[in-house]
Parts: sequence; structure tokens; C-alpha cells
Amino acid sequence: MGIRVLSPGLATSVQDLGRPGYYHLGIPISGGMDRFSLRAANLLVGNDEGAAVLEAVFLGPELEFTQDATVAVTGADLPPKLDGEPRETWAAFAVKAGQVLSFDFLKSGARAYIAISGGIDTPPALGSRSTYTLGALGGHEGRNLMAGDALPLGQASGGAAEGRSVPAKLRRAPGTPAELRVLTGLYWHRITEDSGRNFFEDTWKVAPEADRIGYRFRGGQPLSFVDRVPPFGAGSDPSNIVDSCYPYGSIQVPGGTEPIILHRDAVSGGGYFMLGTVIAADMDLIGQLQPNTPTKFVSVDMAAALSARHDRAGLMQEVRNALS
Amino acid sequence: MASKQVLSPLPGVFYRKPAPDQPVYKEKGDTVAVGDVVGLVEVMKSFHEVKADSAGTISKFLVENEDAIMAGQPLLELDG
Repeated sequence: MGIRVLSPGLATSVQDLGRPGYYHLGIPISGGMDRFSLRAANLLVGNDEGAAVLEAVFLGPELEFTQDATVAVTGADLPPKLDGEPRETWAAFAVKAGQVLSFDFLKSGARAYIAISGGIDTPPALGSRSTYTLGALGGHEGRNLMAGDALPLGQASGGAAEGRSVPAKLRRAPGTPAELRVLTGLYWHRITEDSGRNFFEDTWKVAPEADRIGYRFRGGQPLSFVDRVPPFGAGSDPSNIVDSCYPYGSIQVPGGTEPIILHRDAVSGGGYFMLGTVIAADMDLIGQLQPNTPTKFVSVDMAAALSARHDRAGLMQEVRNALS
Repeated sequence: MASKQVLSPLPGVFYRKPAPDQPVYKEKGDTVAVGDVVGLVEVMKSFHEVKADSAGTISKFLVENEDAIMAGQPLLELDG
């Protein structure tokens, strides 16, 4: 009993808050790219914040319910329809056994979080139900959903209340251009002063390749590097370093041309220099950027990053209060 | 005759041909049946066919080959 996948959408996967603790072994943290929206969706249907939901990117799935449930769709503006009738995003609505949930074309944002009362009850792997497709780990058989899949639901808490919604002022969406705040890092000295200035002044655009592993950007000026003798173990390209750890959120620029922000399914290490790291408070926003979205990087210091993280936690608390 | 639009289900890059060395799927003036492929959208390292959801004759392409497109953007117009 649960839900049946009639059509899977583009790349719909089971995600929870992730699988921290194994990144040093090369297993990424995975989990929803926009965890704020994921948490809100769960709260709307009376689940624990970290219950497993469906993350749908750009194109929604078509799901048939084989039991009654409460559903909420948050994140991107991907308009839900129940048996063809429109439903609101960021709000809880009732679904009866036999009804079909489908979606209209995406209006804004990139990833929608579909929470169902009881949560998706696929078997946890290494402590998480999140799908890591490259490693065929977690979620439903370690892969994105396919037509014909049947997903089990957990026991609903009974705390779901249809008609509840997240107040509009507590929802967050990227601006135009999107702004991502960056803390420059250990390798900042590798590029020239002019390049550093250009990086923050240029308007970049999300490349169509951007996915859960990394968000690639194009359209800014290529970086110029400071001359050096390559250290032992580093490649000859000036963007190479002696292999190092890649933090979640770090920005690498292979060949100095296209910045890539590592996201939830990223590799954990390698030999590209990193300009810096997107601050924790802005990582969720990246998950809502469609290809071609104009984006500016904004340089901040540690105090600003910590203050933004504090504000972000406060916003989440306001959502909890509003839905408690 | 009413004019209808075929919308892109996905954001990404629009292509009118299945491959660079192949002819376009459809030309202006071609007739289109429901389910006919009218182009490809490239996103997240894969290509996805765009199919017509209504029938008619193509009166106009609204985007060029290799244009960047957003989800829900009209790609072409159909008459009839």
C-alpha cells in the first residue's frame, strides 16, 4: 500500500535530509538540494522534518495513490493537480485512495518536494533513505523512479491537517539575478587580483548540465592564474592542485573557465583548485536555479556567513511555529 | 483557424535536429500529428524529445535551434 508511479517525470528521486558521516569515504551527503523546502513539506503533512519525500526536478511525476494520505508540494512552483483539479503549492491537501497526482509545467524554481503523510518508507541505507544514483545507494533501488514502481508509505502520525499552508512571507525563492554569497578560500591566492574582481562582478548563467552533483555556470570571464612551478603531485594546468578534500558548496573552476559548485551528490576530493565556498545559508537556493538563470556571486566574510546561517535557522523556526 | 502553441516541458537548450548532421524534425509548413517529435531539449546531461500535444500545420517557430529556453516557453505555433 502506498503510491504507484504512472510516469516518473525527468529525474524524480526519494530524498531525506541526507547521509552525513561518510564523505571521507567518498560517499556524498546526498539528501534534498533544497532542504528548507523539504522540511516545510514534511511539517505540512505532520511528518518528522527529516522524513523521506520525493524530489522532482523541472518535470513532475504522475502518481496513483493506493491509500488515503495528506500531501504537500513545496519548493519550485510546479502546480499540482489531483485528478486534474488544481491544488496549491506550500499547502496540505487530502488525497483519497485511487486518485492521481500530476503536475502542470514548471512556472518557477527547479525542484519540488512532494511530502506524503507517513513518509516514503523505502529501506534506509547507511542511515538515510536518500537516493545517490551514481553509487546506486538508498532510495528506491538506488535509482530515480521509473513507471511501474510501487513505493511504500510509513505510518502517518495523524498530525496532518489539510488546508494548512506556509505563509507566503516565509517561503524563499531566488531573486533575479540570483545572488549566491561566497567565502573565498585557501586557494584564492592562485588567481590574479583582476580575475578575483571579475569573478564577483560578472553575471554568470546556470549551464544546462547543472545537476545534483554540481551546478555549473557559464558566461563570465575566464580566470588568469598567478605563475607558479607546479608542486609535486599537481597537474600542469594552472587550475590543478595537489589532490585535496572538496567541501560541500566549494567552487572549483577546471581550466579556469566554468565555475562548478559542488552540491549534495558531489565527489569528495580531487585536484582542482577551489575559489571558495558558497555559504551554508544559500545552498538551498542553488537547488531552485533553472538552467540559464542569471547569477551573481557576492563576496562575504565569516561573520556575515554565520549571521546569514543564524537568520536562516530563524526562518526555519518561524515555519515550525507557524505549523505547530 | 485557431492557432495553438507547443510548449516546452523543460528548461534547457532547444534543438530542432536529432543530431548535428541530421535534418530537422519538422519544417515550417509541415503537418504535425499528436505525439510527433518536434525537437529536443538538453538538460542535466541528457536529451529529451518534445512531442506535439495537438495536431496541425506549423505556421511559425518561436525559438531558434540551440536557443536557451525556460520550462513552459512556447516553441512553435500550429494552425488548424
